[in-house]
Amino acid sequence: MISASFLYVVRPELVLALMGLFAFLVAIVGGNRVARSVGFIVLAGFFFATITMFSSSRLEGLLNGVFPMQAFGGLFVDDAFARLSKVIVLVASACSILLSWHYFEKEGSSRSEYPVLVLFATLGMMAMISAGDFLSLYLGLELQSLSLYILAAFKRDDARSSEAGLKYFILGALSSGVLLYGVSLIYGFSGTTNFDVLANLFQSGSTVHPGVVVGLVFVCAAVAFKLSGVPFHMWAPDVYEGAPTPVTAFFASAPKLAALALLVRLLLGPFAGASVYWHQAVLFIAVASMLWGAFAGLVQFNLKRLLAYSAIANVGFLLVGVLAGGIDGVQALFIYFSIYALNILGAFAVVLCLRRKGKEVESLSDLAGLSRTNPLLALGMAVLMFSLAGIPPLAGFFGKYFIFLAAVHHGLVFLAVIGMLSSVVSAYYYLRIVKIMYFDEPLIRIDPMTDWGVRLVLGGAALVMVAFAFMPAPLVDYTLKVAHEFV
Amino acid sequence: MTSFPLLSVMTFLPLAGALLLFLFVKEGHYRDGGARLSQGIALAVSLLAFVLSCVMLARFDPSYTGFQMMESVVWLPSFGIAYVKGIDGISVWFVMISTILTPLCILSAMHSVKVRVKEFMIALLVLETMMIGTFTALDFFLFYLFFEGVLIPMFLIIGVWGGAKRTYAAYKFFLYTLLGSVLMLVAILVLVRHFGSTSMVLAMVKDSIPKETALWLWLAFFASFAIKTPMWPFHTWLPYAHVEAPTAGSVLLAGVLLKMGCYGFIRISLQILPEASHFFAPMMIGLSLVAIVYASLVALAQTDVKKLIAYSSVAHMGYVTLGLFSFTRQGFDGAMMVILSHTFVAGALFLCVGVIYDRLHTREISRYGGMATTMPKYATVFMVFTLAAIGLPGTSGFVGEFLTMQGAFEANSWYAFVAAFGMILSAAYMLWLYRRLFFGPLSKDDVRAMPDLTKREMLVFAPLLVLVLWMGIYPASFKNVYEPTLDKVLTVVQNKVHEVRL
Repeated sequence: MISASFLYVVRPELVLALMGLFAFLVAIVGGNRVARSVGFIVLAGFFFATITMFSSSRLEGLLNGVFPMQAFGGLFVDDAFARLSKVIVLVASACSILLSWHYFEKEGSSRSEYPVLVLFATLGMMAMISAGDFLSLYLGLELQSLSLYILAAFKRDDARSSEAGLKYFILGALSSGVLLYGVSLIYGFSGTTNFDVLANLFQSGSTVHPGVVVGLVFVCAAVAFKLSGVPFHMWAPDVYEGAPTPVTAFFASAPKLAALALLVRLLLGPFAGASVYWHQAVLFIAVASMLWGAFAGLVQFNLKRLLAYSAIANVGFLLVGVLAGGIDGVQALFIYFSIYALNILGAFAVVLCLRRKGKEVESLSDLAGLSRTNPLLALGMAVLMFSLAGIPPLAGFFGKYFIFLAAVHHGLVFLAVIGMLSSVVSAYYYLRIVKIMYFDEPLIRIDPMTDWGVRLVLGGAALVMVAFAFMPAPLVDYTLKVAHEFV
Repeated sequence: MTSFPLLSVMTFLPLAGALLLFLFVKEGHYRDGGARLSQGIALAVSLLAFVLSCVMLARFDPSYTGFQMMESVVWLPSFGIAYVKGIDGISVWFVMISTILTPLCILSAMHSVKVRVKEFMIALLVLETMMIGTFTALDFFLFYLFFEGVLIPMFLIIGVWGGAKRTYAAYKFFLYTLLGSVLMLVAILVLVRHFGSTSMVLAMVKDSIPKETALWLWLAFFASFAIKTPMWPFHTWLPYAHVEAPTAGSVLLAGVLLKMGCYGFIRISLQILPEASHFFAPMMIGLSLVAIVYASLVALAQTDVKKLIAYSSVAHMGYVTLGLFSFTRQGFDGAMMVILSHTFVAGALFLCVGVIYDRLHTREISRYGGMATTMPKYATVFMVFTLAAIGLPGTSGFVGEFLTMQGAFEANSWYAFVAAFGMILSAAYMLWLYRRLFFGPLSKDDVRAMPDLTKREMLVFAPLLVLVLWMGIYPASFKNVYEPTLDKVLTVVQNKVHEVRL
């Protein structure tokens, strides 16, 4: 490990934090009138943070083998894995800002805190991704979670939104407590919170104290909660349904990756040597999530709830990648997640478009006959749904292919079979959306979509899903490099 | 001209046509919503694809038994996935049937599809790309991509333009087929892990799969192809899908989509897992015989024209699998012949049903009767295809069924004995259908009022009539193309099976 100046290592976070403070200042001075300007500042912050990452990676071309870099005495790690995860998180966050662009104005609750909160949540995620120690992990996690609690309850006058926020807060606080308890157990029985030291501990082959194992299980449970993996998923459908739609879109994308990156860094990093202890637990969560997400989704009639179950099923697929491990497992995770995040953001963009006389509608039957009333919107949604169902040649199929290829490669054929079969079950509810849009007669007239932000996200997502098959090589090759370096 | 990527151009030309329709035909700009223009463009594009496929057939060298017109482009090198296309004597005919049937379907749909014409044409063109792509792919990944991609346009064709119970039919078709296909995907993943690449050509040459693994893999592929073909008892989706789909959908379903299952059996089950195929041959033959007899009996009991023809399809597909898994030369030849013949005959019969459905909007056999007097042209056309479906000498059906029976007889005379019942039953249900539709009293006024075939409809049937008779009278011009390849495949398969036995 090469220690570099910490200013250099944490540049993206620093840029983002400064932009966040600036945005906050503007928000305080200008009030809710400047909500859009604040949004622009936050988008600029995301953009600059991404730029700094790329500019410094050009520097690394000169100094080969710079990664991984550490700062703050190992609390903070910067490597290609973190870079890529952060880029995906930043893109997803930017998309959710775009999605909210007109939303709160239409709802009559435009507030300039919103972009700032998204920014700080993103900052927390970036800290989680780069954590090299349980201490920094917890700091990042809490920064993210606290921002997300507020975001869930952002529509203060709305009972469902408040309920979602409260529910998320109580359960989230509980899971943070479980995490802390696990960390304290690990610390108590091993004497360290640093990931590298822990890795050495497990690799040295000495017997692991049961206390550490219990702590590990607690940490896994807490992360599974953040990921909304079964059986820690109870909050997700309610929160997804209650939270304002742009926030739900945000929940389904960026924080998932942060939690996942955290899990990968923990389980395939320091705890890779202890896979006998966690393998079974993660296996259970993966299988249960895939099956529950598929079967429970069958009986949902609210679009946002349905997408929540879809997200749960997708967490199961992602965990298959974690279980597979190895270079191909990590690579498959990245491919799967980048495609999935865009896919689900696009789907929520469609939900945002569903307004009737200015009021939100979100039940499945409101989509009836959408292909007659809004052909382009329906087409975009159909593409996204077929992609989520993993039907080739759309991008979603590629994600599934690589995940299950990694699983089969590591001898998890039965897991691949379960995953495939559950994807057939979940295909039913994706198809039902297409069926409602294309086969049924229109019941209500949906307002034409006007928001440029929503259109951008929806159009971009649908286009990528279709066009991905023609040039998958850039993403696949780049993720391979990253995974190679990480493992 | 050697470097011209004919197969790729042929594959993606319909897709480009669909894109053209999607982007540039604006419904609002035309009085008929752009329907005529869409039909014109779709027809032109599919005819162009047909011309290209004729060029392909002309340039194809039947004496060379390997893959020809190979195209290879690096796609995902780090995973051994390449974009590889090529044809041999087998796939060349599968491509031909796709390109022949699509323009005919578009032609027939011009009259019968009246709502959302542009979208219908787009769906048909996308479907054509997927069909040609499936038959020309020489890479497992690419094959699966096209094989599965078929589901999307077909789901929409059945669901949007279908009959009363279209939603149920579309779901059943999609989910049933998907269920089989995902198991195939797992098998492909295992194969890829084994060979380190997704190349089919490589997989055909290598033979190092442990026997037990090979058996499991075979079963996984079987799940997909048996559902697609469909074999008894996995055929239950077919009657619904056929009945509810619009005419063009039924034609392509029976004509090409079912053949994807047959193609998979030849290309993957037999060529890549020959030992396992031989191991499971008794089961396959058993299922085929049950399919032939059972489906024929069920066909006898139908009151719906389309359902009757759908069940007769299941019986005919039974002949295909019977021929293939008899592991005899005649069986192979016959299977290929039945595939080609069934494509044109079943396609034509569905088109025939479409003609009267367009006029009377019912598929109930009892609603018709005595049409022979008022619609002589139609009765004649229907008669030819009926006789071809029965397998009368001089029609395409005879050649295939005769060869298949011969192959089955060589393998075991009891197989032929049972399969022969199917031939008798097919005569029974087809002739009975014909009697009920065309003879008897012309008592219903609306049936009496139906006009005979129009010029456009004659245009649709003419090529199929020519093909069916040509194939029956001089089958050699079809057989010569695929025979050398099929012979080689059989020799390779037999050698491998023989080696394992020693």
